Amino acid sequence: MDSLLVESPGGLFCPAGDFYVDAWRGVERNIVSHAHSDHARRGSAHYLAAADGVAILKERIGSDSNVTGVPYGEAVNLNGVHVSLHPAGHVRGSAQVRIENRGRVLVFSGDYKRQPDPTCDSFEPVRCHEFITESTFGLPIYRWPDPTAVAADINAWWRRNVELRRTSVILAYTLGKAQRVLSMLDRDIGPILLHGSMLRMTQVYRETGCDLPPAEHASPERAKAEKGRALVIAPPSAHGSTWMRKFLPISVGSASGWMAVRGHRRRRSVDRGFVLSDHADWPDLLRTITDTAAERVGVTHGYTGVITRFLRDRGADAYAINTRFVGDADDPPESETLASAGAVEADGGTQE
Amino acid sequence: MRRFVNLFQSLDATTRTSEKVEALVDYFTQAPARDAAWAAHVLAGRKVGKAISSTRLRDLVADVAQLPAWLVEECYQAVGDLSETLALLLPPPATPSDLPLHSVIEDFLLPLLASANQEQERRLVAIWQSLDPQSRFVFHKLISTHFRVGAARTLLVRALAQVAGIEQSVMEHRLSGSWKPTAAGFEMLMSAGDDLQVDASRPYPFLLASSLTAEPESLGEIGDWQVEWKWDGVRAQLIRRQGRTFLVSRGQEHVGAAFPEIVQLGGTLPDGTVLDGEILAFENDRPLPFNALQPRLNRKGVEPMLFTDVPVIFLVYDVMEADGIDVRSKPLAERRPLLHELSRACADLRLSPVLEADGWSDIASLMSSARDRGVEGLVLKRRTSRYEVGRPRGLWWKLKVEPYSLDCVLVAAQPGTGKRAGRFTDYTFAVRAGDELVTITKAYSGLTDDEIDEVDRWIRGHIVGRYGPVRAVTPELVFELGFEGIAASERHKCGIALRFPRILRWRKDKPLDEIDTLENARRLLQQHSGTP
Repeated sequence: MDSLLVESPGGLFCPAGDFYVDAWRGVERNIVSHAHSDHARRGSAHYLAAADGVAILKERIGSDSNVTGVPYGEAVNLNGVHVSLHPAGHVRGSAQVRIENRGRVLVFSGDYKRQPDPTCDSFEPVRCHEFITESTFGLPIYRWPDPTAVAADINAWWRRNVELRRTSVILAYTLGKAQRVLSMLDRDIGPILLHGSMLRMTQVYRETGCDLPPAEHASPERAKAEKGRALVIAPPSAHGSTWMRKFLPISVGSASGWMAVRGHRRRRSVDRGFVLSDHADWPDLLRTITDTAAERVGVTHGYTGVITRFLRDRGADAYAINTRFVGDADDPPESETLASAGAVEADGGTQE
Repeated sequence: MRRFVNLFQSLDATTRTSEKVEALVDYFTQAPARDAAWAAHVLAGRKVGKAISSTRLRDLVADVAQLPAWLVEECYQAVGDLSETLALLLPPPATPSDLPLHSVIEDFLLPLLASANQEQERRLVAIWQSLDPQSRFVFHKLISTHFRVGAARTLLVRALAQVAGIEQSVMEHRLSGSWKPTAAGFEMLMSAGDDLQVDASRPYPFLLASSLTAEPESLGEIGDWQVEWKWDGVRAQLIRRQGRTFLVSRGQEHVGAAFPEIVQLGGTLPDGTVLDGEILAFENDRPLPFNALQPRLNRKGVEPMLFTDVPVIFLVYDVMEADGIDVRSKPLAERRPLLHELSRACADLRLSPVLEADGWSDIASLMSSARDRGVEGLVLKRRTSRYEVGRPRGLWWKLKVEPYSLDCVLVAAQPGTGKRAGRFTDYTFAVRAGDELVTITKAYSGLTDDEIDEVDRWIRGHIVGRYGPVRAVTPELVFELGFEGIAASERHKCGIALRFPRILRWRKDKPLDEIDTLENARRLLQQHSGTP
């Protein structure tokens, strides 16, 4: 039986519908799961994305790009193949791609999480014959704490820093994590500031209807006025920069799933690690695979070897899909996936 | 337990010394004496009981978490710390509780370590049920190997001294003695005032030399300095008190049983004497390489045979206690004559010779002869210096001869542990032997963080074979490796063991066919194996 999606030099391709999903290079028609740079590349003629994610995607790949937005759950016909997008819960506007042809259904998960996140729609399990899942945190050591408890930890840390007259700097990726952290903050504690690189994306979130606490630009003038009280959200690349030194004395926190492991925490040399991920943890990966009732499972983006072997040992029909992206120094990490310079992939070769 | 786990996390979370001390002070101010006693015990690096093997722990966790062994191994490779991996893999606790630290250790841990295998497993599973992941992690640290936290002993001493309101040197001295981890023991540790009850075996803290990176000339007048060889053995104190002799190494271990001839020598010293010196394998008036001591260190008793095989001496550097009086506050210029007096009374005592140097140019010529004499270099001691605690700068300087080096090629790598977890940082290197490459050593450190990242990325793209966690790579990257010593070894396939190997430089300029050969390595071995 022909697969609905096949591996090709340009990425995953649907021969029946003549389109790509998260193409690696410019193609004619590209369906994009979400706007992180390891999934959304510039240069395609036509893009299809979830309606909630169009503005975010354009922010990333250029405002003149030809992007068609489709509301979640609404089917589009591409050469007789029915395509619909469903919430993935990863970041705002992120989608799973459901592809149906002649009674057979494949779902490509993109990146996803099952935890509640007020900045985006919750993941919706979609029943299918074949499910392609990500596996960024595909090891049983990864089991996320309740995000409400993490929010309480972040706010308690901030409160304590205010007492000690230290600025709280929290490192989070520009798209998704920064806004999720922002949504968790208790604005009564003090002023919230954003690194310059996050202003636009946060504005786009607000414009698309996401309710977030007010936050100002973390400019040198604000630094002078608000340091010792403020919580500043900054991208990981700002760690140790001269910009950051303007807020001294500081306590630096990092919000990421990798913070579950002490070695990662220590290597990033942050004062606090908050375990907060936009990806599914091990129990949720397994639960999701079960929820889809898929008879065949493709594994990509992460610990592909581990999940594939684990599923096969349990008698499932599982296979690994390679990912082209290898942590490239010229391509700054955007999602946790790319930033996981630490994770050694099970089957050795490539790195997400 | 929660309080102790919080302390562990605070120590772990910061790299700032002041914050670590603050966390320790907070803990020892607040914790009840029974708990604080155990905390001080484990933080000082003392053993709690006979450890459980990591293999057994790993198997049991796989069982309880219902995971296949290969997956547990994958997780360990990603985490880099077994205690942590196992803590993360266990299912969430059924009935989390917060027992006091002393109860966890006395009521659970000690009976656990003392019980037989099956009983041990039953008890472990029960404890896991009641501990949250962070507590389990610390618990695993307690039952598996040495307890290592991100706090140096000096910080513990500083914090305890601050809480007790006594001098750090007194606290260090007390901590080194044989106190018990009980409320009474802790109260004794923290009691005000000087020590009345002197524990006979208690050593003084060592004064350590700092590496001199500046030119020796920058130290001013040569006449202000006492010059000695830097010997390469085991630093130790020979203690003679209350009619008994103790030999205590820098690692606080009593090593007398392995060196009975030194204990015998100690018996000829007057009562109330403590000497600082170096245990050395010594033959025909020259030291043997450090490896020669290894067979002695690895064994509890010594068979008579070894006396002739590996002759050992204690070379005396300094005196800390004479006639029962602590003489550390006297300047070196006054302590040295005390040593001469002692050696007149006790003929077999050998002092580390003071070398003649009339000018800084003599230092250079001494250094150039160091390697041939089998020593590591020189130590310069300020003649006016008191015998201080730790590594105070400016009192004792060490000058090491340049290490040996070989250009080797990277042939395999595996992910590191701890701070290096998840990246390929443990490298295996080879030299050329004819048309083949022969593995010669492993090395871990020496590269900058950026270089480690670069090598890590390169490795991921050049894997040619997999053996467990080890990845064989295309032999292409050349590194200059430095090492402190070289010795023949039957355990190594190439027949050579390097001491303290480390990466000196990444030789991007060097092609594979210009790396060193096994012949070159053997030549080094012949020249410097220490046997004349």
